Amino acid sequence: MTAPATTQTAVLAEPTAPGRLASIADSLIRSIGPIILAFLACGLILLVLGRDPIAFYEDIVTAGLLRPSGLQDSITRMAPILLIGVGLIVVFRATLWNLGSEGQYLLAAAMVAGLGPIVLDTVPAPLGWVVLMLVAMAVGAGWTLIPALLKAIYGMNEIITTLMMTFIGVGLANLFVKGPFKGTSMVPQTAVIPKGMMLLDLPVTRVHVGVIIALVVVVIVHLALTRTSFGTRLDVLGANPRAAVHLGINVPRLIVLAFVISGALIGLAAAVDILGIFGYMRADWNPAYGLKVIPLVFLARLNALALIPFAAFFSVVSIGGEYAARQAGLPSDFLLLVVGLILIFMVATQYFSDKRARGERIVPRRRKASA
Amino acid sequence: MSDLLTPTFLTALIAGGILAGIPLLFASLGETIAEQSGILNVGLEGMMLTGAFCGFLGALATGNAWVGLTVGAISGLLVSLVMVVFCVRLGLDQIVVGISIILCAEGLTSLLHGAFFGQSYPRLDAIDVFAIPVLSQIPVLGGSLFSQPAPVYMALIVVGLVGWIFRRTTAGLDLRAAGERPDSLDAAGVSVVRVRTVAEMACGAFAGIGGAYMSIVGAGTFVPFLTGGMGFIAIVIAMMGRGHPWGAVLGALLFGMSLSIATALQLVGISIPVDVVQMLPFVSVMVVLVVFAREARLPAALGLPYVRGSR
Repeated sequence: MTAPATTQTAVLAEPTAPGRLASIADSLIRSIGPIILAFLACGLILLVLGRDPIAFYEDIVTAGLLRPSGLQDSITRMAPILLIGVGLIVVFRATLWNLGSEGQYLLAAAMVAGLGPIVLDTVPAPLGWVVLMLVAMAVGAGWTLIPALLKAIYGMNEIITTLMMTFIGVGLANLFVKGPFKGTSMVPQTAVIPKGMMLLDLPVTRVHVGVIIALVVVVIVHLALTRTSFGTRLDVLGANPRAAVHLGINVPRLIVLAFVISGALIGLAAAVDILGIFGYMRADWNPAYGLKVIPLVFLARLNALALIPFAAFFSVVSIGGEYAARQAGLPSDFLLLVVGLILIFMVATQYFSDKRARGERIVPRRRKASA
Repeated sequence: MSDLLTPTFLTALIAGGILAGIPLLFASLGETIAEQSGILNVGLEGMMLTGAFCGFLGALATGNAWVGLTVGAISGLLVSLVMVVFCVRLGLDQIVVGISIILCAEGLTSLLHGAFFGQSYPRLDAIDVFAIPVLSQIPVLGGSLFSQPAPVYMALIVVGLVGWIFRRTTAGLDLRAAGERPDSLDAAGVSVVRVRTVAEMACGAFAGIGGAYMSIVGAGTFVPFLTGGMGFIAIVIAMMGRGHPWGAVLGALLFGMSLSIATALQLVGISIPVDVVQMLPFVSVMVVLVVFAREARLPAALGLPYVRGSR
């Protein structure tokens, strides 16, 4: 690996293992290993806090996977996770950091929840859903525009700008819900979309069709990233921006395009959540998917299809984790710790297995000897 | 507008600006040091939050704010060791490690707070205000500028010290070289890894103090997610300060005032929605970034791990 590639895509680089089977096994170890390590570390912390980790993890599996209602909740939770995840994959492939998904999501959610009752009252439901989803996508995309343009024109660090826009977006969403979109009830919340006008549930279940929409979008994004020149251009930009310029790629346009697509997908996640599950939005409501989805995206090695199992895993842990934390008398922010640890164990695992793949010693020697 | 410029309003605005600005000042000073050495420390928010929680515990256990601030500094420094090991020593992606530091710090502090205190939020005694004799008697400014908790004066002394180290010492030169041309520094016989290690640890300690100041002096208690984005604002201040410690002072004071303007306005009978208030500092950051988009100056090797012998 040459130096720029190492620095730009240290997390993203695919291993060049000889056999396909060996490579699958290798990436399985790299993906599952960090998860196991993270759960072990969290188990230790629970033990120190005087909780029984085995019972805690049992509760997660029971409530998130084994109970029919929990399983349906988990599957439903996959929809926003998948959509936000692919939204991040699109920009991360180009090594652009959209860390503002929370603002894009909430602002889009406020628009859908605020306009939803009006739109669905005037046009038939299926058309209304499409309109609202498009509105959400436009809002999500629009909220990335300032960071995208600043990055494209001035090279301004997009980490900072997207984070700032997130805080503004959260505040604006609340202002909308408490102000123009406030329903007739006393509490600050939007009017409620009638049950009959919500996204349809799949037969026999209470899993809404948003999950299917999300899966279809994942496949489409995967094809766009792997089978079109757009995907290749993103990869080139991500690997080496200067090479991208030399190849004649219009880099500023590509940056804006990647951000807009990312924001649109995240906005769609909000529309699916509001139209599928909630039907309204209360002030200060925030599912805070934000940074939590990022570790999953890296576990999936920026591959949209590979995201599906990790999104499923995350959904089970987040639905089951809420119950387990309640049982143990702990806050549900436990999940933040799990995904944070997964991320850090993942970069560490990757580092050491890369080193081993190159035939180097895992324990770094004194620098003088190795260089 | 004229009744806005009453002494009450100005005093509240400046005093509030300093109260809210000091954590920003410490954190952005730390971030400036790290950025000058070539490390983009995205995890600053996590270090502040850890400092806030541990500092609060220290102050609660001993009843002494200074012990609390020290504990906060040490805890921030310990968190920064994660960055040191993974990013400076092993050369892994600074942004990814930074994000995981934020996630872990948020999760762990919230978890520990819940386990230790449940739903209760014990309060600390207010810290003593140190009024500088004579100066504090000046009308309008005296009451706000020169009657502050002692850490405020300390912060200014530290800024002066860091500014002096940056400009006048070999250590400062090494630091900036590590951020601009690490290969030249290496060729000159100075270890880039060692310089960056020290810089990152200083950054962690300062972020820890900033967080501890928020919980001990500012809020007087700890609630989960107490820092609420302060770490990110501090990163912006460090960026806009272009590596000058006094730029961090100016930025921290400005953003501190935009945080406290709502309280000051309420004193003169103007109330604005709380959501607008919470957005205000971030809006002002965005306005500053858009207006001065071309001005932000970052070290050339920022965010790039140093690998000896690579191009």
